[in-house]
Amino acid sequence: MRTLLHTVSLAFLLGLCQPALAQVPLGQASTVKEGLEIGASTSEIAITSDFRGADLTIFGALNNADELFLAIGQYDVVVTLEGPKDYATVRKKERVLGIWMNTQSMTFEQVPESYSLASTRQIDNIDQPTSLNNIGVGIDHLALNPVGYIPNSGLIGEFREAYRRLKLSNGLYQRDTDGVRFVSTSLFRASLRLPANIPDGMHMVRAYLFKSGQLIVQRELPLRVVKTGIEQAITDAAHERPIAYGFFCVLIAVITGWGASLIFRKD
Amino acid sequence: MTVYLPIAELSVNIFIILGMGAAVGFLSGMFGVGGGFLITPLLIFYNIPPVVAVATGANQVVASSISGAITHFRRGTLDMKLGTVLLVGGLAGASVGIWIFSWLRRLGQLDLLISILYVVLLSTIGALMLQESLRAMRRAKQNQPVALKRPGQHIWVHRLPLKMRFKKSKIYLSAIPVVALGFGIGVLTSIMGVGGGFIMVPAMIYLLRIPTNVVVGTSLFQIIFVTAYTTMVQAATNYSVDIVLATILMVAGVIGAQYGVRVGQKLRGEQLRALLALLVLAVGIRLAIGLVVTPDDIYSVAVGGLSY
Repeated sequence: MRTLLHTVSLAFLLGLCQPALAQVPLGQASTVKEGLEIGASTSEIAITSDFRGADLTIFGALNNADELFLAIGQYDVVVTLEGPKDYATVRKKERVLGIWMNTQSMTFEQVPESYSLASTRQIDNIDQPTSLNNIGVGIDHLALNPVGYIPNSGLIGEFREAYRRLKLSNGLYQRDTDGVRFVSTSLFRASLRLPANIPDGMHMVRAYLFKSGQLIVQRELPLRVVKTGIEQAITDAAHERPIAYGFFCVLIAVITGWGASLIFRKD
Repeated sequence: MTVYLPIAELSVNIFIILGMGAAVGFLSGMFGVGGGFLITPLLIFYNIPPVVAVATGANQVVASSISGAITHFRRGTLDMKLGTVLLVGGLAGASVGIWIFSWLRRLGQLDLLISILYVVLLSTIGALMLQESLRAMRRAKQNQPVALKRPGQHIWVHRLPLKMRFKKSKIYLSAIPVVALGFGIGVLTSIMGVGGGFIMVPAMIYLLRIPTNVVVGTSLFQIIFVTAYTTMVQAATNYSVDIVLATILMVAGVIGAQYGVRVGQKLRGEQLRALLALLVLAVGIRLAIGLVVTPDDIYSVAVGGLSY
């Protein structure tokens, strides 16, 4: 089923880019603007009760690509999947009277809860760090702005570094510098891994096309990550009707406890 | 086989959770305790967020104390009046506890306080129980009568005003220490996710001099309502009761408890108490080590701002 979907979207994209390629004779590409089209293997990921993560495949095609630049590998593609944004608080422990406790904290404004990146090569080899920072592409280049004024910039750096490391280690932030492969001269396929602990909500697939280290085109595609069936019903109930939900939890406990004393009653 | 916990928002191995529930149920049946003081730390060791572990632990205790309380009710070893007075304090304490819980969570110190409370309470209670049971075992060896209750003795508790008569327990006692005890346990229920039986039972016996036969049944009666109330309030304020996790734990727990009871009946009272004391101490020490040992990572990250 999924393979079929891949084939269909591949065929669709091939159809899109073939005429475009034909119009670009060698050497004239600089006058024509390159285009980028992307399609995903799915527009919705369902978190089921046995969810253990998922793979997302993004297909893309370059239009009006300069064949000379293609041949010498001057085109680079970066595909990212950004999760819903929220504030994030990083806390630091210190030993106080022999016990490790949280003593310092820093909150960052609206950072994606999850972030997966696939690229044709190391992104720091694709573009300058400063311009990557400006467009916010790459785990090391995401904007991490602390809430409130923090005079000590060394401290900010330390907490940013800790944030990135923690997110990478729990799998919510991932990068695969080999994740984008060209399947033909102008068609590419990006594989993104969605971790088991991925937050639900609206995610955004973003594809960036770089030419000689310059970002030239950018495309977006929404992806919904939803809890399905019973999981969704439980989350909704817990947040929208918390009293009824709590009552139901207690009721289950009463039935279980009472039932056990009836079943195992020794008379 | 993995199962997704919708509130804890992670996938866990169902057999590990079932095993945990059954093991704790077995121990709780064997020792006649609710098991909340074991289940909450175990869940935290298994990476369930402490907020969810505490709330779900309270939910699980409801189930395990109901089956125990029913048994005591049938045997007539449950003092409803005494239980109700305890409950008044318990509900007030649980409300205050929830407020402290939310406040500490905002401050980022909740996990620390939960651990410290566990360490202090478990090691104190464990040490006291071990000492008492060893003394009882020594006495039993020398064939001396075991005297837990000294009815003639009066301490300061018995000079307080607002006295009430508790017919079933056959005592005449001030309501103040009863309500106060209920209150203290109520606070612990909402912060630690325990029923508090392991503190309430000794306090009732040694401090309030309530006859031993009604103590367990009455404390279980009170625990049902305080933990049920805590579950409701946790669900309403912190949205942290995981019904999937709680159901798996409860079902495994009540089955495990039946086998625990059978094993418990074969052991002598003081031996049981010594074993329980060792278990309580072990959990306390494990948590204490966690507080002192240098953590793998001194940083932690949480979704949300400081003000949530």
